[in-house]
Amino acid sequence: MASKGICDRVAIVGMGCTKFGEHWNRSASDLLVDAVQEAYGSAGIEPDNVDAYWLGTTGSGISGLTLSEPLKIQYKPVTRLENMCATGSEAIRNAAYAVASGAYDLVMAVGVEKLKDSGFSGLTGSAPPGDGTESGMTAPANFSLLAPAYAEKYGVDLETMRDVLTKIAYKNHYNGARNEKAQFQREVPVEKINSSPKIAGMLGIMDCSGVSDGSAAAVICRAEDAHKYNDNPIFIKALSFVAGPSEGAKRQDYDFTTFPEVVESARDAYVQAGIEDPREQISMAEVHDCFTPTELVLMEDLGFSPRGQAWKDTMDGRFDLDGDQPVNPDGGLKSFGHPIGASGLRMMYEMWLQLRGEAGERQIADPKVGLTHNLGGAPGRCVSFVSVVGL
Amino acid sequence: MSGIVRYGSYVPFNRIQRSAIGGGRGERAAASYDEDSASMAVEASREALRELPEGAEVDTVAFASTSAPYTEKLNAATLQAATNLPKSVTALDLGGSTRSGLSALLAGIDMASAGRTVLVAASDVVVGAPSGPRESGGGDAAAAFVLGGNGTEPIARLSGRASCTEEVLDVWQSPGMPFAKQWEERFGASIFTPLLVDTFARALADAGVAASDLARVVLDGTNARVFRGFMRPAGLDPAQLADGMAGTVGRAGAAHAGLTLASALDGAAAGDRIAVACVADGVDVAVFEVTEAIDDGRPKHSVASWIGSKRDDLAYTTYLKWRDVLPFEPPRRPDPDRPAAPPMQRAERWKFGFLGSRCNRCGNTNLPPQRVCVVCQASDDSTMEPYADSECRISTYTLDRLAYSLQPPVIGAVVDFDKGGRMLCQLTDVDPDKVAIGDELEMTFRRLYTAGGVHNYFWKARPRR
Repeated sequence: MASKGICDRVAIVGMGCTKFGEHWNRSASDLLVDAVQEAYGSAGIEPDNVDAYWLGTTGSGISGLTLSEPLKIQYKPVTRLENMCATGSEAIRNAAYAVASGAYDLVMAVGVEKLKDSGFSGLTGSAPPGDGTESGMTAPANFSLLAPAYAEKYGVDLETMRDVLTKIAYKNHYNGARNEKAQFQREVPVEKINSSPKIAGMLGIMDCSGVSDGSAAAVICRAEDAHKYNDNPIFIKALSFVAGPSEGAKRQDYDFTTFPEVVESARDAYVQAGIEDPREQISMAEVHDCFTPTELVLMEDLGFSPRGQAWKDTMDGRFDLDGDQPVNPDGGLKSFGHPIGASGLRMMYEMWLQLRGEAGERQIADPKVGLTHNLGGAPGRCVSFVSVVGL
Repeated sequence: MSGIVRYGSYVPFNRIQRSAIGGGRGERAAASYDEDSASMAVEASREALRELPEGAEVDTVAFASTSAPYTEKLNAATLQAATNLPKSVTALDLGGSTRSGLSALLAGIDMASAGRTVLVAASDVVVGAPSGPRESGGGDAAAAFVLGGNGTEPIARLSGRASCTEEVLDVWQSPGMPFAKQWEERFGASIFTPLLVDTFARALADAGVAASDLARVVLDGTNARVFRGFMRPAGLDPAQLADGMAGTVGRAGAAHAGLTLASALDGAAAGDRIAVACVADGVDVAVFEVTEAIDDGRPKHSVASWIGSKRDDLAYTTYLKWRDVLPFEPPRRPDPDRPAAPPMQRAERWKFGFLGSRCNRCGNTNLPPQRVCVVCQASDDSTMEPYADSECRISTYTLDRLAYSLQPPVIGAVVDFDKGGRMLCQLTDVDPDKVAIGDELEMTFRRLYTAGGVHNYFWKARPRR
């Protein structure tokens, strides 16, 4: 792949993020107003200063009006976009490229999702009219295929595998308990995770990310302008995005222990950012822990652990908040919640806080380079986003 | 002379014990939540069509049932599409009486005599009012026959036949009635027994055989009391009677005469004469003579093998839920979408015929068919191939307790075909506790769900039966 990248040419100069959770008394419009106005304030700008907007949402509105109407944006371009669960990250990528091109000077990337109005469990999507031959499997079922496949391939017995998945859930809830914007702000005992009601395959309810409402926003400009708005901007080192050809769902040689889309997007991002050894050079990461086995596999696909070793690194505490390479320090999708269109921006929000030393109780010591990873789809058939950001 | 060229049968996997319904001996067959009379007709027809003799090219399809999934929309078209028969077939639905199965068989033989080659499939899902005799005594099953005339070698020739029609109120169901009703059986017997004696005698005379020449006699009808006074006047010995499968299947409506005939053919030898009678709104009697071709013409599954392959502990409440008799708490998930007509039309050869595309460049199989090959990216260079009868196995699987289903959990499996190709599909007719990676599977045509009155048919995989 031939992305040239925009390393250090674009900066984030302000961010906002609502608390994620069951906002029974707040609409998608309310959440957008909260997140966007917080971001304006964070960058010290007025709405008039923003030249264009990118709004990511999978199902909480259509068109740019979803954003311009509640905020009364005065006749500016607003692009609404969707890329499954990686939607929020796509908003960042498109907004960043717009300022890098010189077409605009100051833009915003915004994400929102209002999931709790549907009355249903889990995610619901509206597919286009179809022929009725899709498998009908839910997201937890699709991702549950990873766990036994990984255990089989690397000789991990299923009891140990259960412990690994539980450790991931435990860690992310531990982190979320230290985050006032997380959906679930409580540590969850290991026994409770182990015995949670089964949803799909090995996965219980405590292996699944939170279904929630929320919104987040970022103010983005070219690097040379960054200090006009903020004394402590963060800089984009890489933005990579891959949509796979859906091989795993159709080819017998796919074994459900990796996401080729993630491997490729990570490789591309590391080239853009000049990262040679992600295990050593990436200080911290927010990754797409939609289900616990996803995080396990991602540690290998992102190059944080050698193949077949992520389960040991996980158990050894490498990815804990005080470990060598903290992963999901804000609680991740698991504990912070997963309002689809907002999640990619929420990941970036944690990078914003950590790199600027504003993460409070969960502040990581002196982080230099952060990574966000956002995934949409299912094993064998997905899209993947990787960003690298730093000071 | 015209006759039966091939035959097939189908008995669904699930049985409910009559003791669980409230009394009685034995068990009855119950179509699964994802089956209906059309999908079961497809299964029986696949058996009958698997190895047609040379020269037999089906040009007519008839579907007979009293429980047709659609009251308007040709159910025989579903049968044609799912069995990959040519679109040039003449197709018709028959119903209105459980005698329509045998009537269709006779009509098919008449058409065969006129030069046609006919697939007749009779299938029924028999639902009776809870606690009533129809619920307990009924069963769900299908039978299919390919009928041919000159130029094809039949396994059984029609040597004689007779019919009788009687306007009488015996079993009836009008639109809006949830269940059929039946008049007092003693009345029906008083009308039908003499008619059966007469019609049976005429059929034997037509065939030029005596009652004692018959190796097997199939007696089927809405009213078992009819046959009590029949055997002696007809000159029949109880040893000649074919097993009516009352204790294993139950009376499978329009399919039952055919199913019992199929069972008789399973055990028949060349030269055997078999009489089949069905008594409902009158009488049809057919007399067949089994030929030397029988040994090459038997289907993969005998009726007995279907009966032996079962899960026999279906709970009564589950059965009532499947038949839409008992309301139940739905899952907290959206109702499935109604499938849309144009996409179904475009995907017909995949959705119904289960054809995949094999890349002419690299040989890879793409399921569903793809314009661009997933392995070599060759574009618009592939050949459609059937996969419904291909060997396949479980690569990996999961139990999905969240997905919408009348029988949770949904078992989602990654299915790999031995001749190439992979698809993610649902398993059916399987105990969730007994699924294992590597299990051998076979494909089965099912009704995934119904939405907006549209039945969504597609294929699932099941453990080999």
